[in-house]
Amino acid sequence: MIINHPLLGPRDSEEFVYLGAADLINRPNNWEQDASAEDFYQYQYIRENIAGDHRELWYHEQGDQSWLVVTRNTLSHEIINVELAQDVSRGIGRGK
Amino acid sequence: MSKTRYSGFKVLKEALTGHKGWKPTWRDAEPKAGGYDVVIVGGGGHGLATAFYLAKNHGITNVAVVEKGWIGGGNVGRNTTIIRSNYLLPGNEPFYEFSMKLWENLEQDLNYNAMVSQRGIMNLIHSDAQRDAFIRRGNGMLFADAGCEFIEAKEVKERYPFLDMDNPRFPIKAALAQPRGGTVRHDAVAWGYARGASDLGVDIIQNCEVTGFNIENGKCLGVQTTKGEIKAGRVGVCVAGSSGRVMAKAGIKLPIESHVLQAFVTEGLKPVMDNVITFGAGHFYCSQSDKGGLVFGGDIDGYNTYAQRGNLPVVEDVCSGGMAIMPMIGRARLLRMWGGVMDMSMDGSPFIDSTEIDELFFNGGWCYGGFKATPASGYCYAHLLATNSPHEVATAYKLDRFRRGAMIDEKGVGAQPNLH
Repeated sequence: MIINHPLLGPRDSEEFVYLGAADLINRPNNWEQDASAEDFYQYQYIRENIAGDHRELWYHEQGDQSWLVVTRNTLSHEIINVELAQDVSRGIGRGK
Repeated sequence: MSKTRYSGFKVLKEALTGHKGWKPTWRDAEPKAGGYDVVIVGGGGHGLATAFYLAKNHGITNVAVVEKGWIGGGNVGRNTTIIRSNYLLPGNEPFYEFSMKLWENLEQDLNYNAMVSQRGIMNLIHSDAQRDAFIRRGNGMLFADAGCEFIEAKEVKERYPFLDMDNPRFPIKAALAQPRGGTVRHDAVAWGYARGASDLGVDIIQNCEVTGFNIENGKCLGVQTTKGEIKAGRVGVCVAGSSGRVMAKAGIKLPIESHVLQAFVTEGLKPVMDNVITFGAGHFYCSQSDKGGLVFGGDIDGYNTYAQRGNLPVVEDVCSGGMAIMPMIGRARLLRMWGGVMDMSMDGSPFIDSTEIDELFFNGGWCYGGFKATPASGYCYAHLLATNSPHEVATAYKLDRFRRGAMIDEKGVGAQPNLH
């Protein structure tokens, strides 16, 4: 698979480490509250596991060390979209 | 319906009478209008074993196995055929040892030649730390009556002279063996269980994809399929590899990711390897099939996928693992390679449990260890479906174990499915 890095252009997926679904960006912020146990359980252990277009986190370990949000089809391995995770994160009001 | 007892005498008789007496091995059925006591979704090894043990152990014969394609076309037809019970943790080891005992009597139980071959499995050891870990594992196995043998380097070298004992990165220091481990003819497992279940009255319905579940007031009343609605007193989903897709139709999310594992077979060679050898440190394991091909595999590709094929980087990784430990494999040409979709769970261990929906049960999350578990999985799932309580060796396989902090994490790598 070739991942079209937004800054570096097309790169072999072998240069990357795969983490999992992009939902992992949404770490619960309510860790001081009692309700957070359930939220962290859902965050840590439960997966949508989509058959189709899947947004997921790839880390460019052997490149510029950036985190990417890659939209990839889990039935065909076709890569549809690649974004910098920091842009995605800022877009939903997380990060700086 | 077959009801034919297979024996040496029967083979001789058929040979002398032109092989005209053989019947289809199992009965191909269509859904019954009145429905079933139990509908099992998924006609793989585990689903067919479940149906067989429901009928044999619990007398529940009004059972249907519905299968999207043809039976045995999923992971029971796509694995590397290894059986073993060399686990460490108390939640796992008694279950896998129970499975091993069922393998040992499988052919007699089913009157079907599944070519169960207890040729032994040997895990290579390369460092002091690994030696300690394997001795601990061996003790776990002895506790569970699974048996094991510690083999010093000298004997490893005598038995398998083709191994690279002095590999600079992974010199072979010793090995932990389970002599009762081995291989089984994988397709025959599916066919044998299908025949056994069918003979006891189970309907096996092929080319029948489940498209939805009929759920009313939190209770499952049956399934919708491409062959119409099928009423069911109880539904057992058993579709490892597709668990995410199927359970989503019931609105249930799981602690599972789907990943692809690739496997390989070389051209047929003269006998060179009389057991299973695993090189865990380099993610490579190998055995020789009865046709002579070296059957081997390695790590999963590592990204979510439902495609039954992987990518080339892992092919290179697996083959270089093989070259590192048994350089002679470089002389063999690769004949075929294939991929199977695995339910990778969050702790590397499976689930056999009820769900939040009444009368809907779930079996899955087998990671890449499902084949060896087939008999025990079916036995325990049948027990759960018949009695609504878990079998004593499968009490740990609960879906809510992560909520309770009761993980069964053999490797201790945490909730990172592609590392299990």
